[in-house]
Amino acid sequence: MTALLAYTVFGLVTGGAYAVVAGGLVLTYSTSKVFNVGHGAIGMVMAFLYWELAENRGLPQWLALLIVVGGCAPLFGLLVERFVMRRLAGAPVGITLVAGVGVLVGLIGAAQAIWPPQARPVRPFLDQYGIHIGQSFVSGHDLVTLLCAVLVAGGLYVLLNRTRTGLAMRACVDAPELAALYGTRPDRLSALSWAIGSALAALGGILLTPVVQLDYVTMTLLVITAYTAALVGRLRSLPWTFVGALGLGLVQSYAVAYLPSSPFWIAFRAAIPALLLFVVLLAMPQSPLRIGGVRGSRGVAVPSGLATGVGAAIFLGVVLALALLVDGVVAGQLALGLVFGIVLLSMVLLTGYGGVVSLGQFTFVGVGAVTVARLGSSSPLALLAGAAVAAAIGALIALTVLRVSGLYLALATLGFAQLMDKLVLQSPIAFGVRGSLQVPKLVDSPAGQLLLAAGVFAVVGAGVLAVRRGRLGRRMIAVKDSSAACATLGVNVRWIRVWVFSLSAAIAGLAGGLFAQLRETVAASDFQLFNNLPLLLFAVIAGVTSVSGAALGGLLLMLLPVLQSGFPAFAGAAVVLLGVAAAGLARDPNGLVSWFFRAWSWRRA
Amino acid sequence: MSTLRVEGVTVRFGEVTAVNDVTLSASPGVTGLIGPNGAGKTTLFDVISGLRKPSAGRVLLDDADITAKGPHQRSRLGVARTFQRLEVFGSLTVWENVVVALESRRRSSRLASELLDRVGIAEFAANQADTVPTGAARLLELARALATDPQLLLLDEPSSGLDRAETDAFGELLQQLSAEGRAVVLVEHDMDLVMNYCDHVHVLNLGRLLTSGTPAEIRSHEGVREAYLG
Repeated sequence: MTALLAYTVFGLVTGGAYAVVAGGLVLTYSTSKVFNVGHGAIGMVMAFLYWELAENRGLPQWLALLIVVGGCAPLFGLLVERFVMRRLAGAPVGITLVAGVGVLVGLIGAAQAIWPPQARPVRPFLDQYGIHIGQSFVSGHDLVTLLCAVLVAGGLYVLLNRTRTGLAMRACVDAPELAALYGTRPDRLSALSWAIGSALAALGGILLTPVVQLDYVTMTLLVITAYTAALVGRLRSLPWTFVGALGLGLVQSYAVAYLPSSPFWIAFRAAIPALLLFVVLLAMPQSPLRIGGVRGSRGVAVPSGLATGVGAAIFLGVVLALALLVDGVVAGQLALGLVFGIVLLSMVLLTGYGGVVSLGQFTFVGVGAVTVARLGSSSPLALLAGAAVAAAIGALIALTVLRVSGLYLALATLGFAQLMDKLVLQSPIAFGVRGSLQVPKLVDSPAGQLLLAAGVFAVVGAGVLAVRRGRLGRRMIAVKDSSAACATLGVNVRWIRVWVFSLSAAIAGLAGGLFAQLRETVAASDFQLFNNLPLLLFAVIAGVTSVSGAALGGLLLMLLPVLQSGFPAFAGAAVVLLGVAAAGLARDPNGLVSWFFRAWSWRRA
Repeated sequence: MSTLRVEGVTVRFGEVTAVNDVTLSASPGVTGLIGPNGAGKTTLFDVISGLRKPSAGRVLLDDADITAKGPHQRSRLGVARTFQRLEVFGSLTVWENVVVALESRRRSSRLASELLDRVGIAEFAANQADTVPTGAARLLELARALATDPQLLLLDEPSSGLDRAETDAFGELLQQLSAEGRAVVLVEHDMDLVMNYCDHVHVLNLGRLLTSGTPAEIRSHEGVREAYLG
């Protein structure tokens, strides 16, 4: 009984901190219609800043809290709103998501550059105080957390329902132009909501620091829990968001208390937020097919079959020349770049043509790699088996989330990636107890590896272009532009999505197999959840609508760690640059390669 | 026998009843569906084409109940529509737009040029669909709907964005479609078009069926004038 009470209190306290974070998320979403994927990263950076002031510089806790939550965080929210999000007003959900991921990755890079990895303990608030309820002890920090949650809940309720500003905020979501006619300033209100949202992310992050360690990625991704809570409130209702947050805190706390502590159940516990995210998404009402307005995006020109053949021949000729010229190390790196390029080809299909933003595509690479490693062979048949397993999982995820689309679908892919991460890729099921597996090489020489990767890239690239020119490609784009019209023309919109998901997963799985045999040793650490995010950014920056964009993106993705190990000081800066570039380029999905093409055609003209 | 029967269809959005217990039918030929803005015409189209589930009532096609079927299943049974707020596939070319529809019914893509010619927008075939003028985009939606070879064709304000000559050509096309034995339901604000080409007209007002009759009967109906003139 005592234990139950103690775990209940613990659950409510964690839930309270989630509620503060989730409340900020719902506020920014409901006033600006931008779902800030970087919300957790803001909380993470602000928690580091708090550590810097309160622990490293020795400021009083209350003063550090005031400076961070009352000053730095709102200011940062204003900057993000002004320079990133405002330019994206009314943009499709995919674009705002990518911009948010850009902010997220940029913030992680900045944090790594400013605060190099080391242990950073943070003292809880009021740690000399506390009260006893029965035999369990509730610390001062717990009380502060609960008090903050109650104050935030009350404050947000009053703001939105009892003040003119709140009324205007709610009006602006529905019709900003109309609200502007009545004298409100939509941009100012949006800025205000971003300032408050960031402050709440910061407060939540700081309150959670004694519970979770101060770590770049853990804290950033911890907000998947907050996303789940916000989804309980359908991203609109604050009361339901708070109920969801407290419920999540309790479930997690009881899971710690009452689930067995075998390795599987420990992994299961960590996967609870992602599982609940799925449950909440599945409980969502069927989203009606969206009707309204012409939408099209200007893609890059699709080459004809002949042009594809000529392009592939030139590409293979260049690679052959390189294979003869460069040394083994460079050839191996180029091969790696092209393998990443194949992963990005899978995103050309899914995101470029199909319009689905996936935050979990790297997971399929892991699935392909594990399959090949477990088969202990890298024969072409084993590579195909990796692709097939990935395709099956891709189809399964598509079938599971058939009901949702747009933002919810993207969040579902993130939840799926976390689920796979905790339950499979990072657990002994995948890479065994040592966390790594040996894979025999398919080809021994690095030059041979380069030619193999180039050959597969050329075949898959030509295949992707053939899909685009054909029936399935036309349908995919039609579904992206107007699923309602597609349905009334007899196209089964959901099957198209299942096809696209599994085909794209198959390509990523194939790349995973190639990656495994190229590396010879693959480990759980190669497939961490976070890797999904730079993958999406490189795809968008290089150009997610073209095969040449995939090649460029793959090579850039290969260069990033090279750059990081060569110039460690620039590691963080490079990641910041990446995030900023993505946030800036998000509006043009054709990416950098289309600039090259444009410059080229201008020269010829 | 009528091609389409709508029986007691009601659609509620929360507190608002957009369509209230409407019963009507459409036979081969051109049937007009008119009424002031907000009368529930487009909502009724959404229900018939399967994009929206009615709160109550049934939709029958050739006397078979299709209320539970999804939009793509209805399309295969011969229902096609156009949209008041355009829904062309903007990233595809005009020609590809029609091909998507042809392919979904396993018809030859060679028919696409013929269909574009028939509605009079062959000149735009190679253009990206979100770059063509509104009138051409409406005709593209018509060509795309015809590509499924429908027996029931729902047209939502097809003439808005067309000039006089184009509207006349469109009227002739309506007569051809009617002669081919298709049932065409026309939501339209151009009263000349409705009066000249419709065999039968239903009038909706505030979600209810106000009256039905021949164009001449509708013209002389007191309630219709009131509904329009307030």
